[in-house]
Amino acid sequence: MSVSAAVTGLGVVAPNGLGTQDYWAATRDGKSGISRITRFDPARYPARLAGQVPGFRAEDHLPSRLLPQTDRMTRLALVAADWALADAGVTPADRPGFDMGVVTASASGGFEFGQRELEQLWSKGSRFVSAYQSFAWFYAVNSGQISIRHGMKGPSGVVVGDQAGGLDAVAQARRQIRKGTPLVVSGGVDASICPWGWVAQLTSGRLSTSEEVSCAYLPFDAAARGHVPGEGGAILILEDTAAARRRGARIHGLISGYGTTFDPRPGSAREPGLRRAIELALADAGADAADVDVVFADAAGVPEDDRIEADAITAVFGARAVPVTAPKTMTGRLYSGGAPLDLATAFLTMRDGLIPPTLHVRPAPEYDLDLVVGRPRRAEVRTALVLARGHGGFNSAMLVRADGRHP
Amino acid sequence: MAGNSFTIDDLKKILLEGAGAADGVDLDGDILDRDFAQLGYESLALLETGGRIEREYDITLDEAALTDVATPRVLIEAVNAQLTVQAG
Repeated sequence: MSVSAAVTGLGVVAPNGLGTQDYWAATRDGKSGISRITRFDPARYPARLAGQVPGFRAEDHLPSRLLPQTDRMTRLALVAADWALADAGVTPADRPGFDMGVVTASASGGFEFGQRELEQLWSKGSRFVSAYQSFAWFYAVNSGQISIRHGMKGPSGVVVGDQAGGLDAVAQARRQIRKGTPLVVSGGVDASICPWGWVAQLTSGRLSTSEEVSCAYLPFDAAARGHVPGEGGAILILEDTAAARRRGARIHGLISGYGTTFDPRPGSAREPGLRRAIELALADAGADAADVDVVFADAAGVPEDDRIEADAITAVFGARAVPVTAPKTMTGRLYSGGAPLDLATAFLTMRDGLIPPTLHVRPAPEYDLDLVVGRPRRAEVRTALVLARGHGGFNSAMLVRADGRHP
Repeated sequence: MAGNSFTIDDLKKILLEGAGAADGVDLDGDILDRDFAQLGYESLALLETGGRIEREYDITLDEAALTDVATPRVLIEAVNAQLTVQAG
């Protein structure tokens, strides 16, 4: 059997909770982190709601050396990585540098930093642009800064695939573990709630323009009208499962299966790729559809995409045959951070036997989904499936299991 | 507006604004002849520091010289040399 990957550490930075404990307390109870944007004045923009991480002061967590050179998304990622390592009981300084890698996902880069420096460039001239602009806005910067901070010199990289990239990065981390790197930091954190980032997101035409938190992001609801963006995500510590067991690590769960596909050309009339991604993930894990206890949906909130996702789920599992939930209705879509946060949520769901609800949604009956709405649902969860789709045709699915040997 | 001579205190202020300070490094100690690398500033931090000095004092520093600068004393001397040239 191939080397399997265990998740031993979680670090969460989410709009409805800073830190795993606050996030889970809010998510379990169906508390939203979505509100009118406060990071800039959204009055002149058509979309005005977002999920913003509350109470984060980078200077409370990071040395001053890192502040002039980091965008908000990198600061959040660095702190999430610190927390994930602490949660895993790992001290990087005690390990050989080449035994640790970093593979994160990114969807937008450091837009707030980049906006400020572009403003300097155009208003004052090139001499006023920070030298750190050379990397602070770049997709790979979170991986790079985590790697430098902790002396992690093993295989590293970044995966860009919008929301799907969050699972693709974890899959790449698992590949590196199978190839012999004992520990890889993975996951993703995006944060681009600034005017430039907002305008870029608006071009997708998929943002909800509702100003009411309870009506803005309604996946699988007849009133679905786009999504609310958020910032944040989760960093996960992946380890070779056997090595993690040897050191007596607490194992949140196992990365058991992964599948990824790309949609056919629009208008081709061929089936979208999501169903195949799910089947590939099940096959990779050696699991049957009946083994899956809950599905964390991608939950686009756009009617056509909700239909495609519901069709894929019912094609594999049957009509209303598996609980489906979308806790991202409480955070907004976090792009590269969304699926890693869903993975963390899946492990917490397993630990507590409690499926968090999908907020505000009245399920449209024609989707034939058993959507967990209103309040959390008690259930024994041993196996969970996380779905993530990226704008432009990316589909990824990841199957995670509770660690049978550590009940 | 900046005066016509550049001191260690001016440098410390610009280092802190542009690059911060590494954990365990006391910029108020005797740092004049310590290597920038020992103080936790790599080449990019020096590039940023040089850029800020150029903006604030309206001078142009030789880029090659800037990347070769090893200690605060050498950088301060290079800045003052430019200030003298431009005043003259």
